Amino acid sequence: MRIAMEIELKDIPGQLLSALGPIADLGGNIISIAHQRDRRTPRGTIPIKITIELPEKHLDELIARWHERGITVMQKGEERLKESVFLILIGHIVHTDLKSTIDAVDSTGFAEVVDLTLMMPGIDEESSAGITIKATGKKEMERAIEILEQEAKKKGLLMIKPLEGF
Amino acid sequence: MERVKIIIVGFGTVRRGLAEVIKRKKDHVKEEFGLDIRLVGVADLRGAMVDADGLDIDDALEWKCEIRDIDSLQLIREGEYDLMVETTPSNVETGEPGFTHIKEALMRGKHVVTSNKGPLALYYRELTDLAARSGCSLKFEATVGGAMPIINLIRNNLAGNRILSIKGIFNGTCNYILTRMTEEGLPYSYVLSEAQSLGIAEADPSYDVDGIDTAEKLTILANAVLGMDVAYNSVTVEGIRRITPDALRLALDKGYVIKLIGEAREGKIEVAPRLIPKDHPFALMRGTLNIAEIEADLAGPITVMGRGAGAIEAASAIFSDIISIYR
Repeated sequence: MRIAMEIELKDIPGQLLSALGPIADLGGNIISIAHQRDRRTPRGTIPIKITIELPEKHLDELIARWHERGITVMQKGEERLKESVFLILIGHIVHTDLKSTIDAVDSTGFAEVVDLTLMMPGIDEESSAGITIKATGKKEMERAIEILEQEAKKKGLLMIKPLEGF
Repeated sequence: MERVKIIIVGFGTVRRGLAEVIKRKKDHVKEEFGLDIRLVGVADLRGAMVDADGLDIDDALEWKCEIRDIDSLQLIREGEYDLMVETTPSNVETGEPGFTHIKEALMRGKHVVTSNKGPLALYYRELTDLAARSGCSLKFEATVGGAMPIINLIRNNLAGNRILSIKGIFNGTCNYILTRMTEEGLPYSYVLSEAQSLGIAEADPSYDVDGIDTAEKLTILANAVLGMDVAYNSVTVEGIRRITPDALRLALDKGYVIKLIGEAREGKIEVAPRLIPKDHPFALMRGTLNIAEIEADLAGPITVMGRGAGAIEAASAIFSDIISIYR
């Protein structure tokens, strides 16, 4: 999971190192860090903007370890669904239960259909849909597309994937 | 000056194109390569024209030379020649008659240059092994991408590289149909009829639009330059019949076009319509152009494009193959 946070450090030597240690200890990866030494909060602490990649289950432990060291987390926002892919489906999309097609992706817990545009030219003709899927990571996206592809195959739908990555 | 006696087996536009090129480039190849290329025999279903000193090409083109009552196989088995050009139509079920023609010529120690995909897509190892045992050359640049160099480009200019993947647009008919559908918002059936009336699509378009032609080319590339050992029927194939104007419009709204792409790499060999970002080089291929992106371990990505069809274009690939055998 990718998390963007703002943390506050006391203005004494060694604080930054002390904040970064637990991230590595818990198997996390620092994506970006913005540290402005001359900026102060009204409380006299130094604010740091940091984005990390960390298994979700270790997030509470990280915050607890920071707390022990006197580091405060001021803001926490997660970019949960960071991967996005656009696909096309062609076929009898509605009559093969559109809801279950979408559910196949949504029920994974790591991917969601976030946009769907459907065009139906006529009763007997095949419909076309543009679908945007978001997922928590690259691997999860590959898996979600595999799942959707199996669903499409089962229902006789043609799925058109992007050139790159699949 | 080395004299090269060639026979052409097969009919249609490729042979016509080649005969014309041989005539047009006669002096050029003499000066440049010291080769005196003579057309000593032509055979198709009508019979054969033979002249050991070289047929008059204008007469041969008009089928005006003396016609002998011998068939293609007889010419291949009994004719006096150094190199056979095989241009019969591709058959993806049996590879015939090209498969037998090529085998018979190679067994007699004759070099073979062909534009016929079927025999190579179905019997690649068998034919290349036979050529190696006979000490002859078997060249087939014209089977993939028409005038666009790809097999010889990889074998000669990228020698030493390992080719990781090849993907591209290898069928001009499909590309023409998809381009017109995208640009004019017209339905598939309408654009297909238009392509047929222009001679871009065959009366029976399935060979092109169902992706069979692309799959044959991909099989040849996988075997010849990717070092894979794959059979034609192991290719996953989806053509363009089901593409709707709506699908093309939905794609365009998101910044994509749809193209029929052949892609081969270890573990994957597939022909399918794919979404291509509008600014990608593949998206810029309008009409009947072909394009391929080669991913090599040392050289990185290399992209080639060119005319994928046409008599002179195919003849260009065949002619270069002939010259390369004697250089």
